[in-house]
Amino acid sequence: MDLRELYQDVIVDHNRSPRNFRKMADATRTQEGFNPLCGDKLMLYLKLDGDRISDVSFEGSGCAISVASASLMSQNVKGKTLAEAEQLFGRMRALLTGDGQDLDLEALGNLAALSGVSEYPARVKCASLCWHALNAALRPPAQARPAEVSTE
Amino acid sequence: MRMSTVRSPRAAPRQTTTGFDPLAWRRDFPLLQQTVHGKPLVYLDNAATAQKPQSVIDAVARYYRETNANVHRGVHALSERATAQYEAARDKVRGFIHAASVREIVFTRGTTESLNLVAQSYGRSHLRAGDEIIVSHMEHHSNIVPWQLLAEQLRLDIKVIPITDEGVLVPGAYEHLFSPRTRLVALAHVSNALGTVNPVRDMTVLAHKHHALVVLDGAQAVPHLPVDVQELDCDFYAFSAHKMFGPTGIGVLYGKQALLEEMPPWQGGGDMIRTVRFSGSTWNELPHKFEAGTPHIAGAIGLGAAVDYLQNVGMDRIARHDQDLLDYGSERLRRVHGLRLVGTAPTKVGVLSFVMDGIHPHDIGTIVDQEGVAIRTGHHCAMPVMERFGIPATARASLAFYNTREDIDALVAALAKVREVFR
Repeated sequence: MDLRELYQDVIVDHNRSPRNFRKMADATRTQEGFNPLCGDKLMLYLKLDGDRISDVSFEGSGCAISVASASLMSQNVKGKTLAEAEQLFGRMRALLTGDGQDLDLEALGNLAALSGVSEYPARVKCASLCWHALNAALRPPAQARPAEVSTE
Repeated sequence: MRMSTVRSPRAAPRQTTTGFDPLAWRRDFPLLQQTVHGKPLVYLDNAATAQKPQSVIDAVARYYRETNANVHRGVHALSERATAQYEAARDKVRGFIHAASVREIVFTRGTTESLNLVAQSYGRSHLRAGDEIIVSHMEHHSNIVPWQLLAEQLRLDIKVIPITDEGVLVPGAYEHLFSPRTRLVALAHVSNALGTVNPVRDMTVLAHKHHALVVLDGAQAVPHLPVDVQELDCDFYAFSAHKMFGPTGIGVLYGKQALLEEMPPWQGGGDMIRTVRFSGSTWNELPHKFEAGTPHIAGAIGLGAAVDYLQNVGMDRIARHDQDLLDYGSERLRRVHGLRLVGTAPTKVGVLSFVMDGIHPHDIGTIVDQEGVAIRTGHHCAMPVMERFGIPATARASLAFYNTREDIDALVAALAKVREVFR
């Protein structure tokens, strides 16, 4: 396994300059995520315009894989409907856990840069944290939602 | 940052200045002979668990092949042999930590169980609401949480000795924490995250002056230093076999006999009783009172073999080699651009915790692993230490007597690869 398949240029770039890395004062939904094993922490902000995610941002600290994954996620869910975001969550979960043989990598765009993660079992949780936070945030607050999602 | 920013290593002789030849001892460790990701394994995660010499592996296998029987029960030959070997291991442990009697050596599952035993047996029977326990800010979770559980059960207060930026206990702070309600002091002999050796002998004197008992977590001390519980005069001393080259699942609680005598049993079951009647039961003598159920017999025998092995190498020689390698490693790591050591106490064992500018420890761990270098990354079960230093995690290289200067050089070379990935 070549390290470059894990630390692709896209990952290194998004770690160095995470996109949409800011607090969102007028967020419609927020979700905390925590990976107790690594200490990775994340706060995800969504702004909804009806059924559509009009803006996404996040804050937090973590390893390169977790920061890059959240940054890439923020780019890719902006503009999607809640249903589309949920579908993307399903595809990303499959990709990260090594269950994504049938996925169309090209359709995933720059998210395909995370395809090397499944070869590193210890790092799957790092990349998954933001996606689990997203999945929780997709549900309306009226429904019971965890105060904080955890990868444990 | 490029590799060139890492200065070339100073001459690294095969033998260290102590005249100790780690490679000769390393041959006794079959696991260390392998390659990982196509590179020779450089095992620097000894504080998590240490590797096992062939003699320990053989002792465990031989027990199952030739001796397996329950102890303290049968009259048949195998049971008597198993009992004799199990109790011989206890005596080896007694000698290893210089305890006065085998009655003071209780076999447990490990350090964690030993500390929980003290909390639940001694603590619950001797402490009352409003009493105080002193711990330090550098404790492993296993020397914090059992006291928190007890504090919740009995409504006790826990006071914390602060630590400095170097990772030593703040001078003078300890004595100010004592009050007439202080009953117990629970301290790491050696910090697992920082490597700091605490002045536990002097701290014990002070605690006893205040009529408080001292519980020492010796998990990280026993693989590195000669330990003499009578000289330390601590009341309890807990450690695990697997960190001192023995099997997992077995550990030791040393306790002064008078204290163990007056403590109630912690777990009930077979072996710990003298008589059982529905009108009430009576307890076995020490140390069996605290060993309910069939013990980890093979583990204890393996621990005995580890003690034999360490005494053959010599704990004094191990300690000298550890210091030599620690000095070399500290110096080499300090020269790595953007690297900061976490834990720079003047009195340390071979634990090198560090962080690198702009690179998360988990990324460091993954990348050096690809070079065959095994280190630990994370909070090391010492979240308060991480919080104190304002970091989520560290990378930690921890040394054993079979490590060499070349192992340190391999780590430093692997750290250059880390920089390359993130340049």
